Amino acid sequence: MKLDAKIPEGPIEKKWDEHRFHMKLVNPANKRKFNVIVVGTGLAGASAAATMAELGYNVKAFCYQDSARRAHSIAAQGGINAAKNYQNDGDSVYRLFYDTVKGGDYRSREANVYRLAQVSVNIIDQCAAQGVPFAREYGGMLDNRSFGGAQVSRTFYARGQTGQQLLLGAYQALSRQIHTGKVKMYPRTEMLDVVLVDGHAKGVVVRDLVTGEVSSHAGDAVVLATGGYGNVFFLSTNAKGCNVTAAWRAHRRGALFANPCYTQIHPTCIPVSGDHQSKLTLMSESLRNDGRIWVPKKGGDNRPPGQIPEQDRDYYLERRYPSFGNLVPRDVASRNAKAVCDEGRGVGPGGLGVYLDFADAIGRLGQDTVSAKYGNLFHMYEKITGENPYQVPMRIYPAVHYTMGGLWVDYNLMTNIPGLYAIGEANFSDHGANRLGASALMQGLADGYFVLPYTIGNYLAQHMGEDVTTDDQAFKNVEAEVAGRVDRLMSINGSRSVDSFHRELGKLIWDYCGMARNAEGLNTALEKVPALREEFWNDVRVLGSAENVNQSLEKAGRVADFFELGELMCRDALDRDESCGGHFREEHQTEEGEALRDDESFSFVSAWEKKEGTDWQLHKEHLEFEYVKLTQRSYK
Amino acid sequence: MDLTLHVWRQSGSNADGRLVTYEAKDISPDMSFLEMLDVVNEGLIEKGEEPITFDHDCREGICGACGMMINGNAHGPQGGTTACQLHMRSFKDGDSITIEPWRAAAFPVLKDLMVDRSAFDRIIQAGGYVSVNTGSAPDANEIPVPKADADVAFEAAACIGCGACVAQCPNSAAQLFTSAKVSHLGLLPQGQPERYQRVVEMVAQMESESFGSCTNHRECEAACPKEISTDFIARMNRDYFAALFKGKRPASAG
Ligand SMILES: Cc1cc2nc3c(=O)[nH]c(=O)nc-3n(C[C@H](O)[C@H](O)[C@H](O)COP(=O)(O)OP(=O)(O)OC[C@H]3O[C@@H](n4cnc5c(N)ncnc54)[C@H](O)[C@@H]3O)c2cc1C
Ligand code: SF4
Ligand code: FES
Repeated sequence: MKLDAKIPEGPIEKKWDEHRFHMKLVNPANKRKFNVIVVGTGLAGASAAATMAELGYNVKAFCYQDSARRAHSIAAQGGINAAKNYQNDGDSVYRLFYDTVKGGDYRSREANVYRLAQVSVNIIDQCAAQGVPFAREYGGMLDNRSFGGAQVSRTFYARGQTGQQLLLGAYQALSRQIHTGKVKMYPRTEMLDVVLVDGHAKGVVVRDLVTGEVSSHAGDAVVLATGGYGNVFFLSTNAKGCNVTAAWRAHRRGALFANPCYTQIHPTCIPVSGDHQSKLTLMSESLRNDGRIWVPKKGGDNRPPGQIPEQDRDYYLERRYPSFGNLVPRDVASRNAKAVCDEGRGVGPGGLGVYLDFADAIGRLGQDTVSAKYGNLFHMYEKITGENPYQVPMRIYPAVHYTMGGLWVDYNLMTNIPGLYAIGEANFSDHGANRLGASALMQGLADGYFVLPYTIGNYLAQHMGEDVTTDDQAFKNVEAEVAGRVDRLMSINGSRSVDSFHRELGKLIWDYCGMARNAEGLNTALEKVPALREEFWNDVRVLGSAENVNQSLEKAGRVADFFELGELMCRDALDRDESCGGHFREEHQTEEGEALRDDESFSFVSAWEKKEGTDWQLHKEHLEFEYVKLTQRSYK
Repeated sequence: MDLTLHVWRQSGSNADGRLVTYEAKDISPDMSFLEMLDVVNEGLIEKGEEPITFDHDCREGICGACGMMINGNAHGPQGGTTACQLHMRSFKDGDSITIEPWRAAAFPVLKDLMVDRSAFDRIIQAGGYVSVNTGSAPDANEIPVPKADADVAFEAAACIGCGACVAQCPNSAAQLFTSAKVSHLGLLPQGQPERYQRVVEMVAQMESESFGSCTNHRECEAACPKEISTDFIARMNRDYFAALFKGKRPASAG
């Protein structure tokens, strides 16, 4: 198989315009003859569905929640980047492009990232026009902040609820199209497979999560906007229902899965409080602007933090990285927290935590100023932990947050299966080996509002009049397979709950394919994960019936797919014998403990093709860098 | 701590439901309310009984999926808090807790604690948006918005669509939810062109669903996890009557 990314010719700043000019168009009267299926209505899916409906296509949209307004995008806090340069501080499309490629540790496609930076400005215009209540300055203009170590202020935000407000904007645009009848919305409906007819994606098989009914939907193209797979770790900052099933089912039908080992661990989350923990909560990264991170110098120092004098504290980030201190990038901060905890110097229950201390900031700025800046975060922390961070230091620990890997797509966001597209976190496209803060919302909306609705027309224009219906035998076959899988999960009737398997799988992936990986650990995981999967298929207990609401059954199907994905993540991490971004192979680090890339051997996207059983074949898309100069990061 | 739970169990929308008593043992004060239910569910699965069904997703108080009556209070005893953010340190050893689904004709029970809130989506579909096609927007800073207006609009826009306001209201009215969206958009310059048509459309849809009427009990405000103010209801009513005065009628009314 030859991977063709279909990157347009020409200088980078002209590629997208030229490409749009050369794409085939569907004439307005013909648009209503096409049916497009959109699975997932988070930022990416809702914006794509609404925009395609506005253009005149008929859209069917699906989500597993009871309403499109609840997609995981709702939880994003910090903000969304755009190269508006409203602050006149030297930002530009080129700078955002450059920062994103560099931040991704040079493992993304230049052309895609450039386009992302270009359309970022349109996103803000669109959202403001929809009534998204972005933060404003007193003069009524939009406010910006600097985020995640960026040297310019290009992040737009709506208090700590940017994702919520952007998603509500997209949800409202979608609602308007539902009202006109151009979009038919199917909430509480889970896609369980994609249907190919003559090698082209022509529909999906779904299960109604209320009635349990399995049914087919046919369309001229299928768009997956189903989010990321961070929940393979069980504990993550993702919503509980986030899953890989849609993407994985497509993978099993031939779509390549790219860079599965690239996961992002966020340094500032509330630590695990006990075995009952069901998910982790992110605390905004902005806290590191004023909080100081430390642990006791000596392991086993159980004194309350207030009684540990200065000379017995180790402000390890300030010590190791004097110029960046507490503001080192996410991956560096996360790995250092793990290192001090592994040395036995962690704090709080289980020793998996470090202090984030505001005493100095309160002393310097006063409690009122600190409260004005971070009040809502302090409040949230107190709600969850029962501790008052004005009086005792917060405890934080890294947690899984985002997955850069996903379905392989070309420049048009089409997977290698013709007619099957992937957008938002579900694809692998723009963030390389590490995503910058506030760039996921940007990418999801860029894909959904400004890229996919145009590129999909080019494909559809070439497939006029190929009316496929669900009467096609291909649909019957896939429906039977889906129903068979549901039956199988229901009939195992073993002894262990789905959650107990998921927790155990998550722990394996976290231990061996988490913040730091090495060949030995990955090989261990490659033995343990398949063994646990075996056990799952023999011993999982799913009670109740498949003919009505059954949350255990839903989870079981998702966990079954996480098992296969987890194995591929370890394969990919083992194969990528270098460190880059979020993928840290302990064998490859600089003297400073920084990720050490091997550009000579690994400047490629790993795109995995599913073979029989649990075998995969690797395809490489080589990355060319014409504009950005590859350098080694240093934060000393 | 050890607790006694009385949980509403109902196998489907047409089935009869009843309260079933469960003992919840060794509950840690650090657990969230939903984590406590997870523990109870694991115990049920072990015994071969079907776990309790409840909606949830983000577990951080923002998606609006979770929601249940906890001892008669929507989302439980703590103000400004969703069920998923309520922690067991709000309870004490030996407590008895009754857990029921939202009770409202407009929110039929699907199973156990899970209800159908699609009526809310239909209210938004009736007009809860600014009609602007992708690509047609002017530069974002061409429409300045006074900070004070943006801030109040934000307060309204913070609604998570959970339905607690309806569940707590003695009349099961949806005024707080509806007025939050009407106000969010009505307070911003972007929302002006459709301001009056929007309010009549949304109110008409609300009235066509099985919600009750608002008689100013203001229990919604007390139950709302986002502390949305009933001032928005007054604002919606003013806009509504102004709209009628201007001759606006819902499109469906011909
Ligand atoms: C706590 C947190 C904070 C964050 N903060 C920021 C931030 O400040 N800035 C930033 O840029 N990014 C942030 N991110 C990342 C960002 O929120 C996500 O990457 C982004 O929202 C993903 O959007 P999406 O549309 O791709 O997917 P999602 O929003 O996850 O939507 C997925 C959709 O797919 C549906 N779905 C999934 N599987 C199926 C299936 N099988 N069948 C049917 N439907 C299905 C779901 O119902 C849902 O509608 C944050 C992430 C987290 C976890
Ligand atoms: S107004 Fe409050 S209680 Fe009602 S749906 Fe919105 S957030 Fe929930
Ligand atoms: S689960 Fe999302 S608000 Fe409670």
